[in-house]
Amino acid sequence: MNLASSLYFARPEIILSVAALALLMVAAWRSNASKLISMLSVAALVAAGVWSAHLMFSPSFELGGDAFDGLYRMDAFGSLSKLLIYSAAAISLIIAPRFLSNMGAMRGEYPVLVLFAVVGMGIMVSANDLLTLYIGLELNSLAAYVLASFARHDERSAEAGLKYFVLGALASGILLFGMSLIYGFAGSTDFTAIGKALSGEMGMGALFGVVFVLSGLAFKISAAPFHMWTPDVYEGAPTPVTAFFASAPKVAATALLIRVTITAFGDQTFVWQQIIMVVAIMSILIGAAGAIGQNNLKRLLAYSSINNIGFILIGLAAGTAEGVSAMLVYLAIYVAMTLGGFVCLMQLRNRDGSLREDMSDIAGLSQTRPALAAIFAIFMFSLAGIPPLFGFWGKVVVFNAAVAAGLLPLAVIGIAASVIGAFYYLKVVKVMYFDEAKDIIVVENDRSLIWTGALLAAFVSPLGYLLISPLGQLTDKAASALF
Amino acid sequence: MIGIEHYLVVSSILFVMGVLGIFLNRKNVIIILMAIELILLAVNINLVAFSAFLGDLTGQIFAMFVLTVAAGEAAIGLAILMIYFRGRGTIAVDDVNRMKG
Repeated sequence: MNLASSLYFARPEIILSVAALALLMVAAWRSNASKLISMLSVAALVAAGVWSAHLMFSPSFELGGDAFDGLYRMDAFGSLSKLLIYSAAAISLIIAPRFLSNMGAMRGEYPVLVLFAVVGMGIMVSANDLLTLYIGLELNSLAAYVLASFARHDERSAEAGLKYFVLGALASGILLFGMSLIYGFAGSTDFTAIGKALSGEMGMGALFGVVFVLSGLAFKISAAPFHMWTPDVYEGAPTPVTAFFASAPKVAATALLIRVTITAFGDQTFVWQQIIMVVAIMSILIGAAGAIGQNNLKRLLAYSSINNIGFILIGLAAGTAEGVSAMLVYLAIYVAMTLGGFVCLMQLRNRDGSLREDMSDIAGLSQTRPALAAIFAIFMFSLAGIPPLFGFWGKVVVFNAAVAAGLLPLAVIGIAASVIGAFYYLKVVKVMYFDEAKDIIVVENDRSLIWTGALLAAFVSPLGYLLISPLGQLTDKAASALF
Repeated sequence: MIGIEHYLVVSSILFVMGVLGIFLNRKNVIIILMAIELILLAVNINLVAFSAFLGDLTGQIFAMFVLTVAAGEAAIGLAILMIYFRGRGTIAVDDVNRMKG
């Protein structure tokens, strides 16, 4: 593949990096232009998304292609993941400016950092080599550490950044150690070459490598038993940043995990399948049990994201194209649900303007703010997987794939555990609708929050079922690119 | 004769020391930064040793990338530590406990 076609395939990343660098200059010289920079960043994301869609749908790129001597791979899987990542990032850019400026923390660097993180994620999902994987992951993580501590004068935000940095760097180290072992025992860093070298009986060294790589990636998607950082970081980071963390990087890291396991370790399905199954069940159980006692709603949503990652991994444990397609469907619905949950949280304010994020603060919300309570309830019911809502469909496809692959016990445990999970989602609804109102919550007149909330609620409402067939076609196409 | 296994033993020892340095140290966050650096250097020993053993340059190039990223990571870590210290006036590990649950 020559340079021209490589640059053509990598155009989304090029658009975003050039835009991010240019906007960084604007941010450096025009300190009050943060709103303009946010809008331009969203425009850059749209442009990159249009380009990804072009690469995905144009018939001449049906089979995908390698770029930069196989370091980077353009295919439908990567393009669809990128579309999801770009939408999630765009939403978290739209909802942020007003909220952050109320905190006194809005600066032009915020959208720029989000753009850099998104470039990293785009490289992650298109990586076809351990080196590209590492660079993309670090570009994403380094921007994310700074984003977590973005509210510089808030002690909790600084602490969240510090914890995220230390544990994230440890995870990168573990991942890197595994990659060095795989490089040594497979003799190459290219995913396809690794896949060939690791066929047949696997030696001890390569096995260690696979386990280390999976642990490092489990850390990045906050799957149990590597989930310890999630509640603290989600609580401490400013809420728009938390919404971003819970959506876009999750998609990117999950897509990366899928690509690594299916292409690089494709012949060793039996080895990683067991690990993924244990991680999935632990995530579901810990995510469900850990959330029960939480009083802070951001921590509760953090455990909810751990729980959801467990359900997503059930699709990977199936190890089939159907399973991967189900994971992408679940991811798309999960991103909408979790962003919606945080959008609702961001609207909670006291009469004196201070932010509220505790369970007791939403007591009686249905009387004081019926519309907000109804939308919040829709997201909670959807996360719990209650049938008329779209969240149910995600669980159906994932469990369907697991049963089709003969993993009936895994599906049964998953369904049983989702009942435990339903308890705390329903508790939120109960507190909103049946408890006595203690404090009057003021919903500030932020149109961006109201509109995004309504739009996301429409997506997860039964209206979403109209999208089943187009969404299924897209994810099937993406999944078949890997097999 | 020093073979590939000796390099692997050294790098594994360094890696374990780095991981233990993160978890056992109760005093100072700076020591955690040093432990992270130790982990990355253990990886570099691995990469360069494998590169020489396999007669393949990729490992050495990879090591250069790791060194570069490690520099950026240390810079960001120290910057976050500065913000933290300004707010709290301490960098003792035991005091990083504003959030619990």
